[in-house]
Amino acid sequence: MSTIIDYAPRLWEGLVVTLQLLVLGSLLALVIAFAAGLTRLSRHRLVRLPAAIFIEVFRGTSMIVQLFWFFYALPFLGIELPPFETGVVVLALNEGAYAAEIVRGAIKSRPAGQTEACIALGIGPAKRMRRILIPQSIPAMLPPFGNVLVDLFKNTSLVATITVLDLTYMGLEVRTNTGETTAIFATLLVIYFVVSLLLWVLMNGLERRFAIDRTKKSTRIKSWILSQPRGGAGA
Amino acid sequence: MISFDDVDKSWGPNHVLKKLNFHVKPAEKVSIIGPSGSGKTTILRILMTLENPDEGIVTVDGDELWNVERGRRIRRETTQMKLTRRKIGMVFQQFNLFPHLSAIQNVMEAPIQVLGMSKNEAHERAKGLLDTVGLGEHLDHKPPKLSGGQQQRVAIARAMAMRPKVMLFDEVTSALDPELVGDVLDVIRDLATSTDMTMLLVTHEMRFAEEISDRVVMFDGGVAVEQGPPQKIFQDPDNERTRRFLKAVLEH
Repeated sequence: MSTIIDYAPRLWEGLVVTLQLLVLGSLLALVIAFAAGLTRLSRHRLVRLPAAIFIEVFRGTSMIVQLFWFFYALPFLGIELPPFETGVVVLALNEGAYAAEIVRGAIKSRPAGQTEACIALGIGPAKRMRRILIPQSIPAMLPPFGNVLVDLFKNTSLVATITVLDLTYMGLEVRTNTGETTAIFATLLVIYFVVSLLLWVLMNGLERRFAIDRTKKSTRIKSWILSQPRGGAGA
Repeated sequence: MISFDDVDKSWGPNHVLKKLNFHVKPAEKVSIIGPSGSGKTTILRILMTLENPDEGIVTVDGDELWNVERGRRIRRETTQMKLTRRKIGMVFQQFNLFPHLSAIQNVMEAPIQVLGMSKNEAHERAKGLLDTVGLGEHLDHKPPKLSGGQQQRVAIARAMAMRPKVMLFDEVTSALDPELVGDVLDVIRDLATSTDMTMLLVTHEMRFAEEISDRVVMFDGGVAVEQGPPQKIFQDPDNERTRRFLKAVLEH
C-alpha cells in the first residue's frame, strides 16, 4: 500500500489529464450537440441530411475504433493531431452525437402551441428558437445530458489506448512498476466513482437551477434520491 | 376589416370550409357558434396564418394574407405581410403562455423582440395591461404557478401588448374550470365595450356571445347557415339547424 502512496503524484498527474479531457470534451460536445441537433431540425432536407449522417455514424460505431481511426488513420490523409487533442475531439464528437439527439428531441417535443403563439405575436423563426423554444427545453435536456456527461467521463479512460497519459494510463504504469494490481485497480475504481458522483451532484444542482417550476426542498431531495439508481453513477 | 371570399379548406376528406364568404367591419364584435368540427376555429387559424386555405382570398385591412404560387396558397413572409399580421392578435384555448417566462416577461417579450421597444417602456405597458386583467399581484409568477383563468388573462394581456386592430378569441374558456370562466369573460367584456378593436370570438358561451356581440354567425358543415343580430339568432332563429343546436346547448 505504501508504494501506492509513493506513486500518488503520478496518479494525480493522470487525474488532472482526465479532468482536462472531461472539461474540454464536454464543452466541445455541448457545442457539437446544439450545432448538429438544431441543424437536424431544419425544414430543408439538404441541411438536415449531413447532421443526420454525422449523428448516426458516431452513434453507430465503436468509440475505440473512432479513436484509432483519428489517431492512426487520419495522419495518412495528412491530418495529424497530438494524442490529447485527438482524445478531446473524439470524445466530443461521440458524446456530442448522442447529446444532439437530446437537443433535437427536447425541442421537438415542445407543444405546437408555443410556435403558434410566436407566429401570432410576430416572433420570427430565429428569435423563436433562441428566446422561446431552446430556453424552455433546457429543463428537459438536463437529466439526459447528465447521463452523457458521466458517460463521457467514463469514456475518457479509452484514450489511454492512444498514449494519452490519463488516470487509467498512469494506473497501468504504476501497476507495471509496483505489481500492486488489486490496490491500484481498486484505487482507480474509487477515483472514477467519486468523480462520477460529483458530476451527478453538479447536474442535480443545474436541474434545480433551471427547473421551470421550482419545487419545495423536501420533494427536491426525494427526486434527487429517486434519480440516483437510474443514473447508475457506478455503472 | 376582414374578408373571406370563396374560401375553401379541406382536411383530407373532411371539407371544413365550403366557399366561405364572410366579412367583418372595423370595430365589429362577431361571435361564431356551432357544433364542434364545423370549421369555426379554422376561420381564426387561417386569419392568424396558422393554416393555409386551399382556395379563395383572405384579406385583413385590405391586404391579402396569402399568395398563390403554382396553385398553392403560400404564406407571405414579406415585410408587408409581417406588418399586416401584426394587426392581428390571437388568444388560444390552451393559453400557450411561455412557461419559462414570468407573467410580465410573457407580456414584454413580443414588444421588445418584435417592436424593438425599450425594456422600461415594455415593462410599463405590460404592467398596465396585467393590472387591467387583474394580475397586478402576480407579475413575477411563472405560468405553472398560475391558475388556468389567470394564465388565460395573462395570454390576453400578452396579445393586447401588441395593440392589434383585430383580436381573435379561440374558445378561450373551454379549457377552464367552470368557476374560473367568469373572470376571463369579464376581461373580454371590458375589451369589447371599451375598445374599438375588431373582435372575432369562437365560443360555446352562448349567454356571453348574446351579450357582447354585434353579430352572431352560426356555422355548420363548413358553411355559415345563419347570421344576424344576437337577439334574432338566440330568440328567433330562422334556420332549423340553428334552432336544434341552440336547443341542445342551452337546454341543460
